[in-house]
This record gives sequence, structure tokens and C-alpha cells, in this order.
Amino acid sequence: MNKRNLIVSSAPHVVSPVNTSRIMLDVLIALVPAVAMATYVFGMRALLLTAVCAAACVAFEYAVEKILKRDVTISDLSAAVTGVILSLNLPANLPFWMAIVGAFIAIVLVKQLFGGMGQNFANPAITARVALFVGFATAMTNFPLPVAQQTADAITGATPLGLFAKGMVEELPSNAQMFFGTIGGSMGETSALALLIGGAYLLFKKVIEPTIPACFIGTVAVMAILTGNDPIFHVCAGGVMLGSIFMATDYVTSPITTKGKVIFGIGCGLLTMVIRLFASYPEGVSFAILIMNILTPHIDNLTIPALNGVPKEKKAKKGGDK
Amino acid sequence: MSSVQKHLKGIHVDHCKNTAGCAITPIVLPEKVYIPMSQHIGAPCQPTVAVGDHVKVGQVIGDNAAPVCAPIHASVSGEVTAIEQKMTAQGRVDTVIVITADGKQEPAETVVPPVVTNKEEFLKAVRASGAVGLGGAGFPTHIKFNPRNPEEVDTLIVNGAECEPFITVDHQNMVVHAQDIMDGMLHTIHFLNLKKGIIGIETNKPDAIAKFKELFQGHPELEVAELQQQYPQGAERVLCYETTGKHLIAGKLPADVGVIISNVSTIMKIEQFLKTGMPLVSKSITVDGNAVTNPQNVEAPIGTPLPEVIGFCGGYKGEPKKIILGGPMMGRAIPNDDVCVVKGTSAILVFDEAFAQINAETACINCGRCVKACPMNLVPAQIYKAYNNKDLEALNKYHAMTCMSCGCCTYVCPARKQLSFINGNLVKGFVNSQGGKK
Ligand code: SF4
Ligand code: SF4
Repeated sequence: MNKRNLIVSSAPHVVSPVNTSRIMLDVLIALVPAVAMATYVFGMRALLLTAVCAAACVAFEYAVEKILKRDVTISDLSAAVTGVILSLNLPANLPFWMAIVGAFIAIVLVKQLFGGMGQNFANPAITARVALFVGFATAMTNFPLPVAQQTADAITGATPLGLFAKGMVEELPSNAQMFFGTIGGSMGETSALALLIGGAYLLFKKVIEPTIPACFIGTVAVMAILTGNDPIFHVCAGGVMLGSIFMATDYVTSPITTKGKVIFGIGCGLLTMVIRLFASYPEGVSFAILIMNILTPHIDNLTIPALNGVPKEKKAKKGGDK
Repeated sequence: MSSVQKHLKGIHVDHCKNTAGCAITPIVLPEKVYIPMSQHIGAPCQPTVAVGDHVKVGQVIGDNAAPVCAPIHASVSGEVTAIEQKMTAQGRVDTVIVITADGKQEPAETVVPPVVTNKEEFLKAVRASGAVGLGGAGFPTHIKFNPRNPEEVDTLIVNGAECEPFITVDHQNMVVHAQDIMDGMLHTIHFLNLKKGIIGIETNKPDAIAKFKELFQGHPELEVAELQQQYPQGAERVLCYETTGKHLIAGKLPADVGVIISNVSTIMKIEQFLKTGMPLVSKSITVDGNAVTNPQNVEAPIGTPLPEVIGFCGGYKGEPKKIILGGPMMGRAIPNDDVCVVKGTSAILVFDEAFAQINAETACINCGRCVKACPMNLVPAQIYKAYNNKDLEALNKYHAMTCMSCGCCTYVCPARKQLSFINGNLVKGFVNSQGGKK
């Protein structure tokens, strides 16, 4: 008997098992060390803030998609990732309602109103952080000290970069403290070690490529050396690790080709250091990434790979002939 | 930056070569064969027999004087019982000659080794063998072997990559018929006035590589190129680059860069024709997939109905939901199994519902996986977006017409975009409908 009604589809008929949800799950897994470290350093309030941010992002995504009659995509976990990353950008003692405003900016304004997954021009978490920073400057710069360093009258204190900006170099923590993260700052910016573990996991799982973080961190280090500063301090301080590993590598808002990624990474590093050293803000990572996000379409446009065996010059000449 | 890279990009797919090392068994002779008149690119054949005629194995039953055409031969002896219109394995309705077998398999009187002493006679013999590109394209081999610029062509590349998952018949033929393949290469080089012959084999077939290395001793003009295990090493443009370092740019013919590329089974069939005079009347096929009872390699007469081939392999296991002719990366899924083996059939893969499941598309996340996979160095995500916007300029900017439908981009895409189908098929149709490349 003949078999009919077979499923017909276009080739290829096999696909790799990696889908979007799997990638986002890997990012969440990679964020675990950073969240755990933040909880250890700043107490349960930090964990609670992460939970609030993640829940708010997922809820906003669900609500907007329902209202706009889009397919509900919360199962791809990207909203949860945005929430966790957002929380790592906040001081652990930020009022919850401010965090929820941040989630609204990230998911509703930046992501969904621009068309949803894949359409946003800037990283939602970064944009939300910058917006909160501008809107709630005091709360956003009121960084708690690590629980172990808190005293009766000093619960909050300046971040290493804050001290650096004020020129209080002798009060800076040691490089080891900076690396392990027992310093003041926003939740996810303190422990370079925890972020590196997460980054290593992402590299191992091939979720991210080393290009952007390496160019970003490398440029920061080189710039620090060239300007006579301590490269280890500048790499471990502030948002360089968090930004380069988890935010600059956001697929949607970074270039698609390797060449583009190199330009993007170097650009982020340069802008970060320029802001740190010459602008009035102590920290420049968020602004740097945001600016490079906006430049990404242009970088993509300038880095279309040449065809195999067709050198760039030849192609340009051919274009001129037309 | 990318122009100095040593290898072209590609992907790693599970080989699933379950039938590796499996001997090629001739199937039980079918009662009837259905032989379509168009099994190649070019002019279809006209039947040269009529209903009621008695035919023998290897007898010409269809031909056409048009320049681009390869003759078609009877694959069984018996009586022509019908000439009808029928859906073929290529997915179109075609004139089909139905032969009811008498079971004797008498060879035709014309089946005698041809006399070949020069290029002209060689090309005539290649045509008479019915050889077409057996890798799937189906371009008549005698045309390929006769480029417009013979003085510039010096290398024969034989494609033994067999980079598609599941398929193992070329591998098996390379091990068993290595001598024929080598002789075929030597004859081709000799009569076409070439300087050297390269056989490209993926390193997952060490026995075939060893065999040819041994055979090629004393033949400095022959060479084995060991190809890395990566899909699609067997794609013409990739193979050409990996064996000779020359880039086959879209729109160029292999002869333009001085090479002729032929599939290993085509070379083997040509040599067997030179030795015996028996043209291409049967095909080695890998039958595999999780909805076949006994996966194996078989030799089936051209025109054998699919159910007979699968019946020989123990029949379907469970409920088949997808049948693919060819490999899973570039093969064609057919709507029903009421079709027959043709010259280009290299595999019949039968899968159950779970395998056949098509995943829903989600939004492109700009992850760049497709870019890292594309052997042609394209940006598949941008091509598909340009197609969605019907933006001809962007399609040209992103070199859309260079896509060779290899499927690497679709394979890796986490958003399950049908990139290769869109970029390879829909884009070409659209660009051509807009008057082609500007
Ligand atoms: S199908 Fe086309 S675009 Fe996709 S990887 Fe192959 S050549 Fe590149
Ligand atoms: S692989 Fe898919 S999701 Fe990733 S960039 Fe290409 S099209 Fe977009």
C-alpha cells in the first residue's frame, strides 16, 4: 500500500538542537555566580531585587504582547534574562518600585514598542539603567557597602570609581578585593571573578564569542596603561566585566560579523575610558555600550564580508564601473 | 581578513552513517519499472520504443538530438506495456515508459565495450553511457567534459566527499570499486588532455583514503585530497577550493578556473561502461532512517517504484511521516511514495513523525550563527530580511545570488528560520522576476 500525506518541507531536514530558549537558559545559568556573589556580599535584599526585576520584566512582556496581540514569547526566557541583568546594574538597596520602573523602560519602551524580540536598537537593560540613573540620580548612586563592611553609621559608601574620580586614590580597595568583589557598587559590578566564571560558561557553550569581551577589556587595559593608570583596577572596577561579558555581547544590539564585533568592542572600551578619565561621570560603561548600540547598524553596513575569492578593491572597482 | 582563511566555513552535523561498510545488495527485480524521460538538466528524451515492443537491458529507450541531453536505457528486459504521464521523483509530471519485466534480464546486443581511441570517441562513449551528474544536479556528463575552453582546463576533481549525513554508497563504491574509479580517472585525464586528477575524500572514510593512496602509487598525476569532516565539503564550490585553492565565484563554471568536477559514482559508471558497454541502468542507494525496518545499501534498477525498494529493506517501521530523496541537508521531501528511482537518487531516507516535526519560527535574534556557518561568506540573516522587505538593492549589496542552498544557515539558526530556502530559492525567483542582477 502506498504511503500518502507525508510531511513535505524544504531542506535541510535536520537542524541543530540549539534554539533561542536554550541560548537564553544558558545566559541565565551563566548569571547564577554573579547573583550568588551579590547575595553573599549585599545580603538577601540583593536576591530579592533580582527576583523583582525578573518577575516584572516577564510580566510586562506578557502584558504588552497580550495588548498588542503579538505571540506571547515569555517562554523564550529573554525577558527573564533582561530582568536579571537589569538587577545586576542596580544598587542592592534600590527601592523596588524604581526597579519596576526600570523593568517597564526595558521591556515596554525599549523592546516591545520597537517591535519586540530582535527589533530593539539598544540593549533594554542598559537603556533602563541609564534612564534610572538620570531620573533617580541619588538612589542610583547610593551604593551600599558590603554587609561585612557596614557599620552603624555607614551603610553606604563611595564606589572605587567614585573614589577614583574624586582623586581619593589612597582609599581605593586592593586589586584582590576588587577581583573577588568585596567592594561597594551596583549588585553585579563588584565581583570580576563571578562574572568571569559566567563568561567562561558562555564561551564553553558557544553562546558568545570572545571577540567583543576581549576587544572591550583589552582596549580598557591598554588605555589605562597609556594614560598611566592601573589596568587591573580599571578592568575590575565598575561595569567593564558585566558590560563586556553580558551586555555588549547582546546579539540583537551588536554587529553580526566578526570584523564588526572587533570595531564594536574597541569602540566600547575607548568610550568607557574617555568618559571615566575626562567626563564628569565616574563610570562610562553604560553610556559607551549605549552609544555603540546605536552605531551598530552602521558598523554592520560597513563590514559586509567580501565574497570568497573577490578582493574588496575589485568589488569596489566593479561598483564604480556600473 | 577572511580572504586568507585556509578553509571555507561550514558546519558539523552528526554523520549518522549507520550503513557505513554495508555491502551494496541488488534488490529483487521489480515486476514493473517506470522510467521517466527527463532525468537530467536539458532537453527531455523522446521515447524511441513503442507500447508492445520487447526491450533488453541497456537498450536505448529514450533519446533526443538536442545538444544538452543524455540517453535513457531500459533497466530490465521485458515488454513496454505503457507510455504514460506520471509524477516523478523530481516532483514534476513527465512522460514515463513502463516496462513489465520478463525476469530474464537479457542484455541488449548493443552492450559491447565501445572502441575509444580519442577525445571525440570518449565523449561519445560518455554520452552513450547515459552518465549525468549523480551527485544530484543531473547535468549530462559529456557536456561537462567538453568545456568551451579545453586548453585552459587541466585538472579533474572527483567528488568523494559524501558529506551528507546518512549516505554511504559512494564510500562503499570507493572501497569496493577503487580500481574502476582510478581507471576512470586515468581515462578521463588521458582523453581530455588534462594534467592531473584529484579525488577529494572526507577523513571520516580512512579506508577509502588508504585504498586510493595505495592505488595511486606510481601515478604522479593522481592525488588524494583529504578533506576535513565538515559539511558541505562536497558542494562544488567548496570542493574546488579545498582541493585546488581556487575560488569558484557564483556564475562561473568550473572550467573557468581550469577544472572539471565529477562525482565519484559518475566516474565509476563511465569506466564500467568503457569496460563492459553496460550503460547506467541501476543506481546504488542508501536506504536509511528511523522508519525503515532494515537500513542498508542497495542497487536498484532505474525506474523501480519506491515501495519495492523499501519492501526489500523489510518495509516501513511504524508510520512513516517523511520521505527524503537524497541527504537530509539538501534532499527533497516527497508528498507520497508513489515515485520511482531515477539516475539522481542517491538515498531514500524514511523518518517517523517525531523526526519530521517542523519547528515554529521565532524572531531573528541577530546571533550571527548563520554568518559563521555560511561557506560562501554571506550574511544570511540580512539576505532574508532584505527579501522580506523586497529590497532588491539590499539583496545585491549582500550578494544574495551567491547562495548555493547548502542549508548550513538553516541548520544552525536558533530561531528556526528557513534561511536557505528563502535565500536559495525564493530570493532567486524574486531577483529574476525583477529583471535579475542590476
Ligand atoms: S544556504 Fe546560502 S546563505 Fe545559507 S549557508 Fe548556504 S550558501 Fe550561505
Ligand atoms: S542564525 Fe538565525 S537568529 Fe541567528 S542571526 Fe542568523 S537568522 Fe538570525
